[in-house]
Amino acid sequence: MTNNVIKFLIDGKEYLAKNGTFIIDVARESGIFIPTLCNIPGIKPRGSCRMCTVSVNGRYMSACTTPISEGMDVRTNTPDLIDLRKAILEIMFVEGNHICPVCEKSGNCDLQALGYRYQILVSRFPHQYPKRTIDALNPHLIKDHNRCILCKRCIRTIKDEQGRGFFAFHKRGHKIEISIDHSMNELLTEEVAQRAVDICPTGALLKKESGYQTPISNRKYERTPIGSDIEHAHQ
Amino acid sequence: MEKKKPIVATTSLAGCFGCHMSILDIDERILSLIDLVEFNKSPINDIKKFTEYCDIGIIEGSCCNSENVYTLKEFRKNCRVLISLGECSIMGGIPSMRNGIPIRECFEEAYMHGPSVKGHNPEMVLPNDPELPMILDRVYPCHEIVKIDYYLPGCPPRADLIYDALAALISGNELKLPYEVVKYD
Amino acid sequence: MKNAFPDSTDELEIGEIVYQDTMIDTVRDILKKYDHNPTRLMDILIDTQSEFGYIQPLIVAEISRQLNISNVDIEQTLSFYHFFSTKPTGKYTVYLNNSVIANMMGREDVARTFEREAGCKFGEVSADGLIGLFSTSCIGMSDQEPAALINGTVFTMLTPFRVKEIIRDLKGGKKLDEIIVEGLGDGANALPEINSMVHNNIRKKGPILADGYKPGEALKKIMKIKPEEVIAEVKLSNIRGRGGAGFPTGMKWEICRNAPSDEKYIFCNADEGEPGTFKDRVILTEYPKMLMEGMAIAGYAVGAKKGILYVRHEYKYLQEYLEKIIEGGRKKNYLGRNICGKEGFDFDIRIQFGAGAYVCGEESALIESAEGKRGEPRDRPPFPVESGYLQKPTIVNNVETLCSIVKIVNHGALWYRSMGTKESSGTKVISISGDCKYSGVYEIEWGFSVTDVLEMVGASDVQAVQVGGPSGTLIGQNEFNRTLSYTDLSTGGSIIIFNKQRDLIKDVVLNFTNFFIDESCGSCTTCRNIPVMLRQKLEKILNARGVQKDIEDMIEWAKVLKASRCGLGLTAANPIVTSIRNFRPLYDKKIQHGKEYDSNFDMLAAVKESCDAVGRVPNIHSN
Repeated sequence: MTNNVIKFLIDGKEYLAKNGTFIIDVARESGIFIPTLCNIPGIKPRGSCRMCTVSVNGRYMSACTTPISEGMDVRTNTPDLIDLRKAILEIMFVEGNHICPVCEKSGNCDLQALGYRYQILVSRFPHQYPKRTIDALNPHLIKDHNRCILCKRCIRTIKDEQGRGFFAFHKRGHKIEISIDHSMNELLTEEVAQRAVDICPTGALLKKESGYQTPISNRKYERTPIGSDIEHAHQ
Repeated sequence: MEKKKPIVATTSLAGCFGCHMSILDIDERILSLIDLVEFNKSPINDIKKFTEYCDIGIIEGSCCNSENVYTLKEFRKNCRVLISLGECSIMGGIPSMRNGIPIRECFEEAYMHGPSVKGHNPEMVLPNDPELPMILDRVYPCHEIVKIDYYLPGCPPRADLIYDALAALISGNELKLPYEVVKYD
Repeated sequence: MKNAFPDSTDELEIGEIVYQDTMIDTVRDILKKYDHNPTRLMDILIDTQSEFGYIQPLIVAEISRQLNISNVDIEQTLSFYHFFSTKPTGKYTVYLNNSVIANMMGREDVARTFEREAGCKFGEVSADGLIGLFSTSCIGMSDQEPAALINGTVFTMLTPFRVKEIIRDLKGGKKLDEIIVEGLGDGANALPEINSMVHNNIRKKGPILADGYKPGEALKKIMKIKPEEVIAEVKLSNIRGRGGAGFPTGMKWEICRNAPSDEKYIFCNADEGEPGTFKDRVILTEYPKMLMEGMAIAGYAVGAKKGILYVRHEYKYLQEYLEKIIEGGRKKNYLGRNICGKEGFDFDIRIQFGAGAYVCGEESALIESAEGKRGEPRDRPPFPVESGYLQKPTIVNNVETLCSIVKIVNHGALWYRSMGTKESSGTKVISISGDCKYSGVYEIEWGFSVTDVLEMVGASDVQAVQVGGPSGTLIGQNEFNRTLSYTDLSTGGSIIIFNKQRDLIKDVVLNFTNFFIDESCGSCTTCRNIPVMLRQKLEKILNARGVQKDIEDMIEWAKVLKASRCGLGLTAANPIVTSIRNFRPLYDKKIQHGKEYDSNFDMLAAVKESCDAVGRVPNIHSN
């Protein structure tokens, strides 16, 4: 990978960036919002949620894991892509039990915010109503699997000093869950718990005894859609 | 000849009537709404039975028992357009939090061991009168029972959303939803 | 398996402690064997599983301590693979294949007999702990179904009668190899180190499967030329990957050769999991030396010193045999240091077993698995040729590809290109099963038409042919003139034939969809969910509640899978999509016409549980 600056297209407009930069990062810096639920700037991407799917020279690719290359033709907002993203969001809403009226994260939740942004009124898919559990064994943390979208953010970022993970996937396919290592509870301090909660895009990880801190009208996505910050920074 | 006003019917299934409160929450616009539409079967005017074919049926709440299903099907038969109003109607909402829990456990909690009944049901009777609606295996969103035409989310849906949607539907104009009105809580 | 099932259940607690101590000692020995290397976690878990029959939390905790990784990091690998278990799976663990072919050949009766005789259902262990019954995806025995693995030993062509005998003998205390009364299979299957009743059923030999292969001939030939020339020859041959994806092999080698690195790896992908494929099993059984030679040639060409043969767990019965072959290769100096006397040409091979996961056939998932992790495909780029096993440049080639390379080296690229078609050079070894007289392995030239194939295998009254396994295409009579090639009907080797008696939607499409649901790694939102919801649609249609819209929905929903990361997700709806495309009348026959909407809601079924709970008779009045 070189430091060469290369030319490429996003939605028909020409951009310049360093070779090898991920599409989603280039877009973010250029004021183009590509939705994502698993990507965290600065952390190695994983491409789990598939929300950031874009068309690269006519092929679907995840923008968070695909580096730009010379002459690449990236489309982020074709009608097909918008419908695809809506479909992926609608899958997430039926896959778990996302009951916004009873969720402490409501108003500050990225999943919900994308639902608002794309004005999803109903899911085209049937609700699965999976039987899921709540894990509250850690003194600082509640894990509500009903609300988990399996983005792996906690798995990828929250580790102890020796690099051991507190969180991991368990099982596979549609039976997959996130498990917490309770033998490491002592290392999962309040500070670590807070980081995990902050990184979680939904209400699946919550700090104990600290819900509903923000008055309803002040919540993050009350008046401005998710992604506005990226779009407005460049206007 | 004066154009006939569209006829609207409403009902609340497994819901909390919050969506109906939100219909009333359109404030003084309710007067213009009454100018625009006529209400048939609805808790708002207490008409219990359909007296004519309606243009719009508004459904609050999901289906948790056989009576809900019966009422919903009644609405489908008697309304040209059905609207799912609110989270319960659209995705099951709070009632659907029991989905996944065996019915027997729900009954035991509700009638035997729950804090409000504990000690008051010494014979441990579970209600089984044939007059009572039968509880469904899970709570169903309305569109998983009958065809639904439009969806207005929220818990409750914002009054503006309800008013704008009804106005658009009646006038035939395109419905534009400002960001602030589409909410799930 | 020792000590896992103490004869007396009322042992003293002290005995239990002593037993736990010996168990921990055993685990420590296993860990030592793999140098406490976390990237060898698969081997550690495989050895532990086969030692105790299951892997309990106590053992997980010990491995966690010794490897200094968290419990959940071990459990994420452990819980990913089908053949690992955290609960006892019986002294004798039966894995009965549930592939479409097994069903066609009478699996249902066999399964019921297993349940009756063992006294437990599938997914359970008998009360005495003797027999555990489990289902598993295709075990690579499609030409001799129904088949099962019992503690790793393959039992083929099962009948209810045989099942009764087997269970009776197991209950009577007989050993597994004592209860094989069918006699041993053909070829190397009968060797003491395999000792299996599996049959090769090689029905048509071509240049790859031909007799008269002389080990070492190709190696000696390439010693005289430069690695670059080997790659040039492979490129000239036009050979493409035989596992299914069809990437040009020479190009893969060249990129890997040019990738700067102190260390490179050659992987042989012997994880053939595509239902209906079994040709790699036959090559592993009959031509393992050719395969090893192919790997060594690849090592020479790209500059790799280490090779890993990744073999699916279902073929673990070949372990002793394959290890002996590798050992023999070392003795002959076809493996090891200064191969064939060539100074500095070192190459050696180790075997890595899988533990039951179709997705590991995807090259980057296979690499993850070999590193001791969950078999989740990686994001690409980087491709394995640039950054693969342990982040080093890595070639992953299919068994058949590597064997073909040996023949290309021996006879020349032009000879190879004289076979097949312009775009698809050479031959293809295919596995044919289903409704035909002669299922088995056939080596044919690319360009064979489906009609030719059907005549060759003695298939009549054919309704449909599945080309390329579940991830491939289901075609009907009007397409039987199409040809097997990379430009028309591409296949990694699986061809399954269905006659006119089969219900394609119920017997085939639903089974394949279940397969993809079972085998999804679950990483992508799309692949984790869409197949599950497509199955619900299929079930609705099979339940006679479907409407036109359901078929349209399936087509639309399937498109969402195109946002998935790997081939599994991308092809998971192929059974549905290709069957709707090619057999639409079958769907039309099952749906309700003149009805726009059907919710599939069933009041009587929905109130049953609550009426039972309160003790009342449902009184339903419809409106």
